[in-house]
Amino acid sequence: MTARQVARFEIETGTAAVPASVNIRCTGAWTVQGIAPVEQPLTAVAQTDAVDCVIDASAISALDTAGAWLLHRTVRTLEQRGARTVRIIGLRPEFNTLLQLITAHAATAEPAVLPKVSLLAGIGAQTWYSLIHLTGMLAFIGESAIVFLRSLLHPRRIRWLPILHNLQTAGFEALPITGLLSFLMGVVIAYQGADQLQQFGANIFVVDLVGLAMLRELSPLLTAIIVAGRSGSAWAAQIGTMKIGEEIDALRTIGVGPQELLVQPKILALIIALPLLTVFADITGVIGGMVMASNMLDISFQLFIDRLEVAVSLSSFLTGVSKAPVFAVIIALVGCFQGFQASGSADSVGRQTTVSVVHSIFLVIVADALFSIVFNWLEL
Amino acid sequence: MSTANRNQQQSGSVIDIRHLHTRYGKAVVHEDASLSVRPGEIFSLVGASGCGKSTLLRAVIMLLQPVSGSIKVFGQEVVGLSDEEALPLRRRYGVMFERGALFSSLTVAENVSMVLREHTQLSQALIDEVVALKIALTGLPADAGAKYPNELSGGMRKRASLARAIALDPELLFLDEPTAGLDPLSASGIDELVKSLRDVLGLTIMMVTHDLDLLWRTADRVAVLDKGQILGTGSMTELSKMDHPLVREYFYGPRGRAAREQAWKRK
Repeated sequence: MTARQVARFEIETGTAAVPASVNIRCTGAWTVQGIAPVEQPLTAVAQTDAVDCVIDASAISALDTAGAWLLHRTVRTLEQRGARTVRIIGLRPEFNTLLQLITAHAATAEPAVLPKVSLLAGIGAQTWYSLIHLTGMLAFIGESAIVFLRSLLHPRRIRWLPILHNLQTAGFEALPITGLLSFLMGVVIAYQGADQLQQFGANIFVVDLVGLAMLRELSPLLTAIIVAGRSGSAWAAQIGTMKIGEEIDALRTIGVGPQELLVQPKILALIIALPLLTVFADITGVIGGMVMASNMLDISFQLFIDRLEVAVSLSSFLTGVSKAPVFAVIIALVGCFQGFQASGSADSVGRQTTVSVVHSIFLVIVADALFSIVFNWLEL
Repeated sequence: MSTANRNQQQSGSVIDIRHLHTRYGKAVVHEDASLSVRPGEIFSLVGASGCGKSTLLRAVIMLLQPVSGSIKVFGQEVVGLSDEEALPLRRRYGVMFERGALFSSLTVAENVSMVLREHTQLSQALIDEVVALKIALTGLPADAGAKYPNELSGGMRKRASLARAIALDPELLFLDEPTAGLDPLSASGIDELVKSLRDVLGLTIMMVTHDLDLLWRTADRVAVLDKGQILGTGSMTELSKMDHPLVREYFYGPRGRAAREQAWKRK
């Protein structure tokens, strides 16, 4: 920044102890880029108790709204401090018009203050919001159920194309990542187990370990978590963005229920896709364990498969896969519901997307725990 | 008003576009378009939807790279300019986007103050005051500053967007459809605002608009675009005498005639 572009001022004060008059001579460019150096000193000068004050503005080479505001503010502060006369002299006519404009608008220019919320009010608002949220979720589940029952009565109203599309994106396209992670999980379990089992010479039981852990517990859970992160979040973001762009309202006015078009196909598609993905994860998980067992414990593939038939009963497989549809409903409902909760800003879409993932993973794990208890009762 | 601006007045034009060719994918938008904007004038681009008005604006504000041709802003070539080189230039102009483009996670006041915090060394207190002043200048009530963009009506959002565009006291202001989607009252408020900004702050304004009332009331010169070419440039009165069928249709269609009669009555 060159010297020419910076605002400056000089002060001449009267000789008495309490100066009766102050002369402020302003020079240079009083612009938004130039006034930074004079801001603090000028605020200090404006605190003097002079009775007469003259601001000589004849040498101001450039003035914009920020500079004009600073001049106006200085005059105002001096007047409030009790100065009898405050004059600005020598201002160029075009700068004077600007200053008048600023003065005219100054009365209405109050810096905006964000309302402060007390702690107690904050807790209250949060509680209230949570309650609203809960009833909203219940209403949403109810609405989904009604739409589902209605489409059972009129199967022709089911929208097959979106279902197929969601099967493709949420199911088929999730195969590689689900398979890879499940394979690695199988490897890890076999690896962890091998060390312990070797100590007892019970190498062969690695098959039981991998088979039961993967089929009963891990692959349904793992698949559900991957799908919640992949598709649940995508749906929340999609519906949230549509809500903000008034697309949901547009659907309603066209006479197409958003539930029917956006929510139901996702739920149905995921009910089909998630069990299939779980089976796929079962297979790749067991293969992972198999690879590790043959490397570390010298259990051949043939031996592993023979033992698997004994170790894992059909009911173990079914308990695992039967959880998947429930997880599917949770993920799809939570993802869509959070999408509909978005309002107003891009920020809120991001927030709801995060919430959808956190809530659906949480609920999936809770449901899984409930399943364990129920299966225990039923002695499966 | 500033020294730089006065230097510009000596050299002729603030924006100088020569032989501009632009493309969106394979679609050709502009073919050999040339025009220049003089200092302190309100210059407007008009034309049917999809004729490339907004694209031209985007090329000038460096959001779109033209295929060939030259665009000079304040005498500096902007085609092929790196972000770093463009920064000093970007500080000298403000842009008001068609749909406001306010940052939705910030309040109106924060939207405006963000620009000042990024580019000046002023204290927070002074910034807050300047922000409140800009909000008042655009005709918004003082309490609008604490609101988020989604709490504002369309007209208020436009004004807030304008407040952000003039935050740094730019020498050049780009307005994309400043009155689109506004009620007539708000729209004529914008007319007045645009005029007073030019008159008092000495801005040069380049705008894209379909609003014939706004054109008659404010525009000094107007360029008519069609199929990527500039059919003619001149004041509204000059253009309304032009012989080109499209231009005639534009000005003598039912809406054009009404706006012109309004303008005559005012005179």
